[in-house]
Amino acid sequence: MDSIRVKRLKKGYGRGLPPAVDIREGFSVSEGELFGIIGPDGAGKTTLFRLLTTLISPDEGDAVVQGLDIIRDYRKLRTIIGYMPGRFSLYPDLSVRENLDFFASVFGTSIKENYHLIEDIYCRLEPFADRKAGNLSGGMKQKLALCCTLIHSPEVLFLDEPTTGVDPSSRREFWETLARLRRTGMTIVVSTAYMDEANRCDRVAMMRSGRFLKVDTPSDIVAGFDRRLLAVRSDEMFRLLQDLRSMEEVVKCYTFGDTHHVVLKENAACAPDEIGHRLTGKYGHTGVQVREQAATLEDCYMNLDD
Amino acid sequence: MSEDNVIEVEHLTKKFGNFTAVDDISFEVHRGEIFGFLGANGAGKTTAMKMLTGLSFPTSGKGRVAGYDIWTQSELIKKNIGYMSQKFSLYSDLTVKDNIEIFGGIYGMERHAVRRRAVELMDRLGFIAEKNEKVRDLPQGWKQKLAFLVAIIHNPGIVFLDEPTGGVDPAARRQFWELIYDVVDSGITAFVTTHYMDEAEYCNRISMMVDGRMDALDSPSALKRKFGASSVAEVFDILARGAKRSE
Ligand SMILES: Nc1ncnc2c1ncn2[C@@H]1O[C@H](COP(=O)(O)OP(=O)(O)OP(=O)(O)O)[C@@H](O)[C@H]1O
Ligand SMILES: [Mg+2]
Repeated sequence: MDSIRVKRLKKGYGRGLPPAVDIREGFSVSEGELFGIIGPDGAGKTTLFRLLTTLISPDEGDAVVQGLDIIRDYRKLRTIIGYMPGRFSLYPDLSVRENLDFFASVFGTSIKENYHLIEDIYCRLEPFADRKAGNLSGGMKQKLALCCTLIHSPEVLFLDEPTTGVDPSSRREFWETLARLRRTGMTIVVSTAYMDEANRCDRVAMMRSGRFLKVDTPSDIVAGFDRRLLAVRSDEMFRLLQDLRSMEEVVKCYTFGDTHHVVLKENAACAPDEIGHRLTGKYGHTGVQVREQAATLEDCYMNLDD
Repeated sequence: MSEDNVIEVEHLTKKFGNFTAVDDISFEVHRGEIFGFLGANGAGKTTAMKMLTGLSFPTSGKGRVAGYDIWTQSELIKKNIGYMSQKFSLYSDLTVKDNIEIFGGIYGMERHAVRRRAVELMDRLGFIAEKNEKVRDLPQGWKQKLAFLVAIIHNPGIVFLDEPTGGVDPAARRQFWELIYDVVDSGITAFVTTHYMDEAEYCNRISMMVDGRMDALDSPSALKRKFGASSVAEVFDILARGAKRSE
């Protein structure tokens, strides 16, 4: 069953700018699917979220969420979805528990009733339940915001970059929670700037300039990467970046944690060793290591435009 | 204070009531390095950074930043460092150029000096074409770059960046780090917090805060060796969740 169905959707903000969302192909998200959206700022992710959560209405096109029309049935729809915007508004003068209580009561429920949904995130905040939300650290605020979004047990969850500012261990827990919610049949649409998170989605949409350039499972996106990739390091990483970019057979070179990833031209026949020798000889690098590298989702993202 | 250090702190502590947010930390930051200041949510990074930037006083402990004492010279510290906060603010109704000039004024720079430096920085950061645009019309990644630019307008000895790349996509994040490299190359020291572990690899040295304490400080490669970990992410896990892996 489809939880979300979009045929065509267009929304612009005037001022002579191109539309923020301009989906022509249409897409659907199945019930219980974990659907990721990735793309640069200005791709239209937040506008798409606002459309699907009925906060704004489209200029053209329509969409259905859980059988409800985003324009005609917006009142009903609002009660069965949860939306966590990028900048979620907590009440800074209320305590952690009071914020949660407030959001529960708005939806006519209680913390107790749905505690099981938020337990594994909330347990990290519980020691600070009486602290004012305004005095929480950045990442703690994000966790509380997610709890507030979940507390009414929504059927569809929309999360706009929910883990911004959340530390790596907590992000993993957060995604374990999402996986668990998904198993209860909840449909989840989530945007993220973290490719390790996108990897955990059932399908990922790569969005740019208001459109979906590609919608596929992470493994199929990665399998579609058809360039040769090398991982390179030396003792002078910043200079190495410039030197690699100046090489003729290199299309693109970008940092990748403790190595740089190098995309080679299609017909470049050079072996990793050859590049290594050149870096040591001509460019005078020390501690050079060059190896073939399998692509990751992040590499696909970095090479999307060409 | 040694000539080679931009920051030296000893036993720095900050309490809110009976809660200890920063718990007796001592460390140094070397001139010209990129220092990564890592730690779990609520570990105390922003709280510590506020004391180092002259925005709040410690409960106890002592320290010098950019040559000035954190107890007695906080006004001088503010003028001689750059700071880009976790929730940075620009004047969104004003243009890029106006923002730069206002911040230059805040740092007490002469008008013509601001102009000269503004052109140099806008050129380096690729802002020339956008200089007359209103800040609110810029994409988030550009606002981030601009916030960085105004933080270094007065050519400070050290710039503090509190999660400068939070919520930024993989491509824009990399561009931002190349800017950091570039600025550090010109002699400014960078003190950076981040939750992206690949970015931790770009730092010369990183520290890890756990519950207000500083439990580790070394180069990324030395830390990986010490903890028998293949990545900084793994080191983070080991420290943040206690010595036992939680998976
Ligand atoms: N004014 C305050 N009153 C009470 N507690 C505070 C205050 N400011 C900060 N804290 C607490 O101090 C601790 C450290 O917060 P801090 O903002 O320094 O964390 P952080 O390391 O920057 O975390 P994050 O990665 O989430 O930004 C947190 O538990 C926070 O709630
Ligand atoms: Mg912080």
